[in-house]
Amino acid sequence: MTDKSVKIAVLSGKGGTGKTLVSVNLAAVAENSLYVDCDVEEPNGHLFFKPENISEKTISVKKPIFNQNLCDGCRKCVDFCKFNALAFIKNNPYVFEEVCHSCGGCVLICPQKAIEEKEKPIGKVQKGVSDNVKIYTGIMNTGVASGTPIIKELISESNAEKELPVFIDCPPGSACIVMESIKDADYCILVAEPTVFGAHNLNMVYDLVRLFGKPHGVVLNKCLNEDNPTEEFCRNNHIPILSRIPFDNELGRLNSEAKIATRENKRFNELFSSLLDSVMKEVQHETIVDS
Amino acid sequence: MKIAIPVNEQNLKSEVCQSFGRAPHFLFYDTDTKESYFLDNSAVASQGGAGIRAAQVIADHGVTALITTRCGENAEEVLRKAEVLIYKSISGTVQENIDAFVADKLILLKDFHPGFHGHDR
Repeated sequence: MTDKSVKIAVLSGKGGTGKTLVSVNLAAVAENSLYVDCDVEEPNGHLFFKPENISEKTISVKKPIFNQNLCDGCRKCVDFCKFNALAFIKNNPYVFEEVCHSCGGCVLICPQKAIEEKEKPIGKVQKGVSDNVKIYTGIMNTGVASGTPIIKELISESNAEKELPVFIDCPPGSACIVMESIKDADYCILVAEPTVFGAHNLNMVYDLVRLFGKPHGVVLNKCLNEDNPTEEFCRNNHIPILSRIPFDNELGRLNSEAKIATRENKRFNELFSSLLDSVMKEVQHETIVDS
Repeated sequence: MKIAIPVNEQNLKSEVCQSFGRAPHFLFYDTDTKESYFLDNSAVASQGGAGIRAAQVIADHGVTALITTRCGENAEEVLRKAEVLIYKSISGTVQENIDAFVADKLILLKDFHPGFHGHDR
C-alpha cells in the first residue's frame, strides 16, 4: 500500500548512480503518484514518462538595478552585500548578477532609494501527466549559477499536493540544491554503486541526511556477485538496505531506450514494487517511532 | 606610483600569495617614496565574491598596478573599471617582484580564471 501525501526523496553523492531509475520506477509502480524532477541542470525523468498535457511556468529571480541619478555613492549597499555582488568604482555602482543571491537587502538598505529590482528569468517548471503519474520538471536555463529558486518552487508546488505520494528525484551531490530538495521529505532513499568510490559518495549524502535528521535507507544499484564495499559501509553504519538492483543487461537496455522498466517487464515491476513496500514500511515505522 | 601585491606574510621576504581574492594580506608599496604598509584582506573568508571585494579594496587604495600570480574574471572586471593594471608575478619574494616591476621586467597578466565555486563550466 502507498501512504497518501508521503514525500520520498531519492539522492546520491554523485551522478549516474540510478536516482532517476529508482524514482521514476517507484513513481510508476505506485497506484497514483507525483514525480518531481529537482535535477534542474539535467532533468531527464521526462524522457522516460513522456508527459502529456504540459503546462509551463517561468521562474524568475530579482536582481538589483541602479538609478545612477539617485545614487550618491554612500556604498552602504556594497558594504551590506554578504555575497560581494556589488562594487563601486569611479562613482559608478556595478552589479555582478551571477554572484547576487537575490536577497533584496541592497534595495532595503539604500537611503537614496536608488536601487530597484528587475525580474531575471532563470528557468521554468513544467507540469504534465503520464498514465498514473503526475510529473513536475524543473528546468534551469543554460549559464545560470544556481537552480535553488526553481527547486523551491517545485517543492512548494508539490507540498500543495495532499492526495498523492511524492517521489523527488534530487540533483547529485550534497550541496544547497540537494538540501532544498530534501528539506520537506519524510524519507530519503540513498542510491549507491558497489565500489569504493560509491561507498565514499554514499558517505557524503549519509552525512547530509543525518544532519537534516531524515530517516533513510540505501538502494544498492548495479550489484554483481562479488564483494560490495558499499554494502559493507551500510553494515558497518547500520544503515537499512532497502533493495539490491542487479547489474542487468535487460534493465540497462530498457533504460537506455528511455523505457520505464516496471511498465515493460514483470520482473522489474516486482523488484520496484517490493522496494516501494520496503520504503513504506520504513516510513510507517519512523512515524510510529516519532509519535 | 602605488602598487599592490597579495602576500602570505607581512614582510617583504614573503612569497606572493597564489590567490588574489583569498590572500591573507595585501602589501601596498609606493615606488616613489619606497614606503610600504600591509593590510589584512577582509574578503579572505567571504562566502563568495572574494575577488570582487578584494579588487574594490585595491581600487580604493588608489593603486596603479597589481602584481599577482592569478586573478579571477570578476576581480579583473572591477580592476579594469578602476584602471588598475594587472601584472603577472614571478617566482621569488615580494621584494624581488617589486624590484622586477621597477626594472620594467614584469609582463601583464592575460589569463583570467572563472570562479572556483562549482559554477565553472
